Amino acid sequence: MQVNFQLNGEPVEVDIEPRLHLADCLREMLRLTGTHLGCEHGVCGACTVIVDGAAVRSCLLLAVQAEGSSVVTVEGLSTDEALTPLQAAFRKHHALQCGFCTPGMLMTAHALLTEEPDADADRIRSVLSGNLCRCTGYIPIVEAVLEARAAYRKSDKP
Amino acid sequence: MKPAPFDYRAPATLQEAIDLLRTEPEAVLIAGGQSLMPVLAFRLASPSLVVDLRRVAGLGDIAIDDGGVRLGARVRWRDIDDDPRLQTAHPLLREAIAHVAHYQIRNRGTVGGSLAHADPAAELPGIAVTCDAEITLVGAAGARTIGASEFFTGPMSTARRPDEIITELNLPSWPKNRRWAFQEFAQRQGDFALAGVALFYDADQGGRVRNAHVGIIGASDRPQRLTAVETLLNGHAVGEGLFREAAAAATRAVDPPEDLHADAAYRRGLVATLVARGLRAAQRRGA
Repeated sequence: MQVNFQLNGEPVEVDIEPRLHLADCLREMLRLTGTHLGCEHGVCGACTVIVDGAAVRSCLLLAVQAEGSSVVTVEGLSTDEALTPLQAAFRKHHALQCGFCTPGMLMTAHALLTEEPDADADRIRSVLSGNLCRCTGYIPIVEAVLEARAAYRKSDKP
Repeated sequence: MKPAPFDYRAPATLQEAIDLLRTEPEAVLIAGGQSLMPVLAFRLASPSLVVDLRRVAGLGDIAIDDGGVRLGARVRWRDIDDDPRLQTAHPLLREAIAHVAHYQIRNRGTVGGSLAHADPAAELPGIAVTCDAEITLVGAAGARTIGASEFFTGPMSTARRPDEIITELNLPSWPKNRRWAFQEFAQRQGDFALAGVALFYDADQGGRVRNAHVGIIGASDRPQRLTAVETLLNGHAVGEGLFREAAAAATRAVDPPEDLHADAAYRRGLVATLVARGLRAAQRRGA
């Protein structure tokens, strides 16, 4: 089936089987491998992307359901020149070790702070409860997201 | 695992969707897909056709009037969170829905999907049964409305016919001074509850309970009301003694399932604790 959507601001068209979920479509068909797949049934959060402004699990969305949508992946966050303030805060706070969960963490935190730049630590913890990390123990991740809030308050799009 | 192959259609109208269900007996419906996608990934279901409701108009509205709260089948958890009217129009619904899954799932999971999936531990079916809600379905034979307690027939089983589509959940109106609580216990935030309790009552002038509704999730094969507990509460003044009696009655009223997370005795104890906590919380809320 032909499917058209916006991917990181650019129109894309793919010819896919209906059973393909969005994460596999992004990784296998469109070769954007920044989106990681952990559990593939909606538990781990590693595959989180932003669809029409909302953070969603891309393993729980058929790619054909993305027709006409705007999809943002971790590749769409930063420019070639620099990390975003959120990414820089992750580096500063050592909010990643192996990095497997990091794209999902970043996309979840980006969606949250875009909508709620004043989210407090409890809200951040609650939202990130849908993303599993097996390395860091979460505290540095929460610290990084807390610090990144300032950048989201200044403008709509950091 | 990956889903088995299937065809996909996204009809523009409810009638087209019903026609597809009627002509393709192995078809399933998808809206948010937050329950169906894992089912497909594990190949617990291998439908020939997936019918997507995303283009069907009129299923995504929240309507509030004297008749109560009407939730369209494609209303997402996130839409319920974002609607400030529901703080007064149905605080119990809002509180219960706050326990559903995680942020990303809440952005896609829907009312109709939760009702159709009918997980015994799911919050919305519990609220629907506790509140005597009605579910509207439309199929080849037309529309019908069915009470929530008749709709849920067992674990992951409902009275929905294969050609029917859930269009709406109607929760009866919510009086202003109603006392209520929702309590559940899960091993991690966002997990399915090992047990949960939704309850409300109206207090008369003398502080006595009227119109008690006590419903449970996770501790039976489907959401159910604990009528023995309700009968025990009605007509009596609230207080710690009554709460303890109610908790004991709840223990006797449930027949919980066993699984690797908890045995029946544990779940029975959990229901008692949650009933007592809920009644205390409801009392505080009215004070």
